[in-house]
Amino acid sequence: MAKVHVSTTVNGQPMDVLVEPNDSLLDTLRDGLGLTGTKEGCATGDCGACSVMLDGRLVCSCLVLGAEAEGKTIDTIEGVADGDGLHIIQQKFLEHAALQCGICTPGFIVAAKALLEREPNPDETTIRYWLAGNLCRCTGYDKIVRAVQDAANELASPA
Amino acid sequence: MGDYAYAAPATVDSTVELLSSSASSGTRTQVLAGGTDVLVQMRSIDRGPRLIVDVKQLAETNVLSIGEDEIYIGAAIPSAILNENAELKSKLPGLIESADLIGSTQIQGRASIGGNLCNSSPAGDTIPALIANSAVCHIVGADGERDVPVEDFVTGVGTNCMADHEFLLGLRVPAPKGNTGDAYLRFIPRTEMDIAVAGAGVRLTLDDSGTCTAARVGIGAVAPTALLVSEAGDALIGTQVDDDALNAAAAACSAAASPISDKRGTVEYRIKVVGVLCKRAGAIARDRAKGS
Repeated sequence: MAKVHVSTTVNGQPMDVLVEPNDSLLDTLRDGLGLTGTKEGCATGDCGACSVMLDGRLVCSCLVLGAEAEGKTIDTIEGVADGDGLHIIQQKFLEHAALQCGICTPGFIVAAKALLEREPNPDETTIRYWLAGNLCRCTGYDKIVRAVQDAANELASPA
Repeated sequence: MGDYAYAAPATVDSTVELLSSSASSGTRTQVLAGGTDVLVQMRSIDRGPRLIVDVKQLAETNVLSIGEDEIYIGAAIPSAILNENAELKSKLPGLIESADLIGSTQIQGRASIGGNLCNSSPAGDTIPALIANSAVCHIVGADGERDVPVEDFVTGVGTNCMADHEFLLGLRVPAPKGNTGDAYLRFIPRTEMDIAVAGAGVRLTLDDSGTCTAARVGIGAVAPTALLVSEAGDALIGTQVDDDALNAAAAACSAAASPISDKRGTVEYRIKVVGVLCKRAGAIARDRAKGS
């Protein structure tokens, strides 16, 4: 198969990668670029574990072709922390024990960050609807919702 | 057989050329918009190699214009962008709701009304709402452009009227005038993110006395394709869209339905529910037309 050359920007860094025409963006990130923070759950757009930002919009990277990343801006879980310092959402996930096995966590954090950038003060219903495309089979979601609420509060009035 | 390949032509002409030359050389092509159906199918029910032709990089498939007479919705515009457009939402709330209830936030960021239509599923949620709104498909191909009413576009389960050299550029929706309202409702066994057991879209116009002067009803998931139910619209025209009229429209929808039984619902259940949905959607459309 003729590979496709893709020039894209991932977490602020220009990157070039060769992809198979039917590779997903998830394949490209994980296998082509070694960014394995983004997880594969279902690979059919149901679970949200592969959530990334594509040109500022939350998408499932399993439902985007790697070839479609040409000229686009992609932000993944690897770009969420500032150097060694955790993002406040990551910190709150730890404090609230909002994860157990951790496979869904990168997707939840990318999705929650996208929400708080749009809506800094979401109510519980808004959080639950926004995150409805992210599945977690461990936590029962309550701790995740609380972590996101707490992160929103902290971002609004830093301690 | 051949291999997978990917192309994102820069113009409509070069897209049509590529589709045409592939059709004549026997290369299978797959037009790609948001990909939320295509990529899933590519990995499950249909893995065959093909040339993927990405049309969402074209300016023409991303045109959104709200004119006095016509609202034009580019075929590849993601639902999230439509939903964020307050003017569009206020003019066609039912149509935008039909798109907005498909999938999660992540899916909304990619999935388009054009893609939902071209996927041509019997249960595609936007299709009954498009039919109710008298939407017309703006198609381009080797023979030039043509317009096809949405109710004539889908020809069967997963099939539509487009030739291999054609693709959908956008949808033309008559702009609502006077006291006009639209609504779409579907039934699913859970609250979010499922496939319709039945769906009904209604658009109607009232005169100043509240008498219905125009009405169209589309139903989905109760036949191999979404259907225009003219008898249901006719049952509303000339009435105050009261319970009697809505019941008559509901009965027309149930009569038009020819569903299958599957894990989501039985034939009998779907026939009943599609009528109920028509009645409820009709009441919402009426109230919207009255501005309440």
